[in-house]
Amino acid sequence: MEPFHHNFNLDNYRKLLKSYITTEDETSLYQAELFSKLSMQHNILPEEIINIHIQALRELYPDLPKEIDSSLNFLLETMISYGLAYQEFQTLREKQGELESEISIAANMQQTLLSTHKPKIMGLDIGAVSVPANIMNGDYYHFVTDENGNLGIAIADVIGKGIPAALAMSMIKYSLDSFPETQRNPSVILENLNRVVERNVDTGMFITMFYGLFHAKSNLLQFASAGHEPGFYYCAKEDKFFEIKTKGIVLGVTNDTTYEQFEIQMEPGDVVILLTDGVTECRVGDRFIDTDEMLEVIREYLHLPAQEAVERVFRHFEKLQGFHLRDDFTLIFLKK
Amino acid sequence: MSKTQSCVHIKKEWDIVGARQMGREKAKELGFGTVNQARIATAISELARNIYLYAGTGKISYEVVNDMNKLGLKIIASDDGPGIADISKSMEDGFSTSGGLGAGLPGVKRLMDDFDIESEEGKGTTITAIKWVRK
Repeated sequence: MEPFHHNFNLDNYRKLLKSYITTEDETSLYQAELFSKLSMQHNILPEEIINIHIQALRELYPDLPKEIDSSLNFLLETMISYGLAYQEFQTLREKQGELESEISIAANMQQTLLSTHKPKIMGLDIGAVSVPANIMNGDYYHFVTDENGNLGIAIADVIGKGIPAALAMSMIKYSLDSFPETQRNPSVILENLNRVVERNVDTGMFITMFYGLFHAKSNLLQFASAGHEPGFYYCAKEDKFFEIKTKGIVLGVTNDTTYEQFEIQMEPGDVVILLTDGVTECRVGDRFIDTDEMLEVIREYLHLPAQEAVERVFRHFEKLQGFHLRDDFTLIFLKK
Repeated sequence: MSKTQSCVHIKKEWDIVGARQMGREKAKELGFGTVNQARIATAISELARNIYLYAGTGKISYEVVNDMNKLGLKIIASDDGPGIADISKSMEDGFSTSGGLGAGLPGVKRLMDDFDIESEEGKGTTITAIKWVRK
C-alpha cells in the first residue's frame, strides 16, 4: 500500500539486517551507514526507515512477540515529527541558497555602484585596498578630482556590517557625487553629509568618515574627520609616524554639527595612511594588535609603490588573522 | 463521487485524542499503511490543536472521497474563531504563533496530499486536507 520507493530497498535492508544480527560485524554497520545516506538522497524520512525495519523484522522473524511489534509501531509514531522537521530543514536550506545568490548579486551591484577609479595625480602615488569581511562591504572609499588636478579623498565606515551598511554607503556615495565641485572643502562636505545622514538614516546606525583634499600645486592636504579611525602621517625627514589628529563626531547624530578642518604640508617621501578599524582592530588570537605593531608592518612595505604596498600590508594582516577577517578592511596610502 | 461523513467536536484538549483516533480508524479501513496512518493522525492532531488553541471550539469532519478511481480520506477542520490574518505567512516554514515545536500548517500540508485553506478574519477558518490511498 505504501508508495513504490518505500519498498525499494526492503530486500536490501532485510539482507543487511540479517547479516548484522548473525555476525554483529562492522561491515554490516558500514553498509547501514551507506543505506542511510542513500535513503537521504532519495528523501526517505525517518518514519519510513522504521517502517522498512518493521517489515524486514516481520519477514525474518514471523513469530515476533506482539509486544515488540507494537513497540515498533510506537517508535514509528514518535518519528513523524522528526520527519517533518527534516523536511522543513531541507526547504529552509533551499531558501538559504536562494538568499545567498540574491546577496551575491547585490554585492556585485554594490561593487558597480560604489566603484571608484584611482586617479593619476602628478607627484602623488596612490594605493587603495578595501576588502569586506562578509559578502557586502560596509567600508567605502572614493576619489574625486577637479579641473586643477586637486584630489578629494573620502574614506568611511558604517558601524555595523552587511546589507544595511552597504545600503547606507550607496546613499553616502550619491550624496558626495551631488555636491558641487566648488564645495570640495572637507569641513563643508562633512557638514552637508551629516545633514543627509541625520535626515535619512536610522538612529542607531553610525557612519564615520575622513575627508581630505589634496592640493596638487602646493602639496597641502586639508582634511576633517567625523569620528573616523585616526590615520597616520609618515614624516620622511624624521623617519617617524604621527597620528593624524582630528576632532568631530560621527555623522548623523545631530543636524547642525560642525567639523574642524586641519592641514598637513606634505614633503617628498612623506606618506599619509588612511584606514578603517578593520586594520587597527586586527586580532591575533584573543588580543588586538597594538598601534606600534601595526605601524611596524606598514613600515616594512612603505618603500614599495603605493598600490603594491597596501596589498602587501593587507595580505600580511589577512594571514595574521588566519585568513578570516572579522571586520571590513580598508587601507589607503598617499605617497608624496 | 460517493461520500460518508462523520465528525468529532473539539472543545477540550482531550478531544484531540478522539479526533486522532477516528481518523486512524478511517485510514485503516481505507487500507492506508502504518506510516500513512501515523501521518494522517499527526495531521489531524495539528489541526485539532490549532482549533483548541486559537478558536477554542470547532470540529474535525471526515469524508471518504472517491475521485476518478482514486480513493482518499478528506479531513475538514472548521471553526468560528478569529481567523488567520495572513494566510501566506501562516504557510511559511518557521512561522508558528505558538512558538513551540508545532509542525504548523506547512507540516499538515507535507503530511497530506491535497491542502486547502479558507479563512476570514473574525469569522473563522476551514482547512481541507486529503490523503490518497496509493494502489
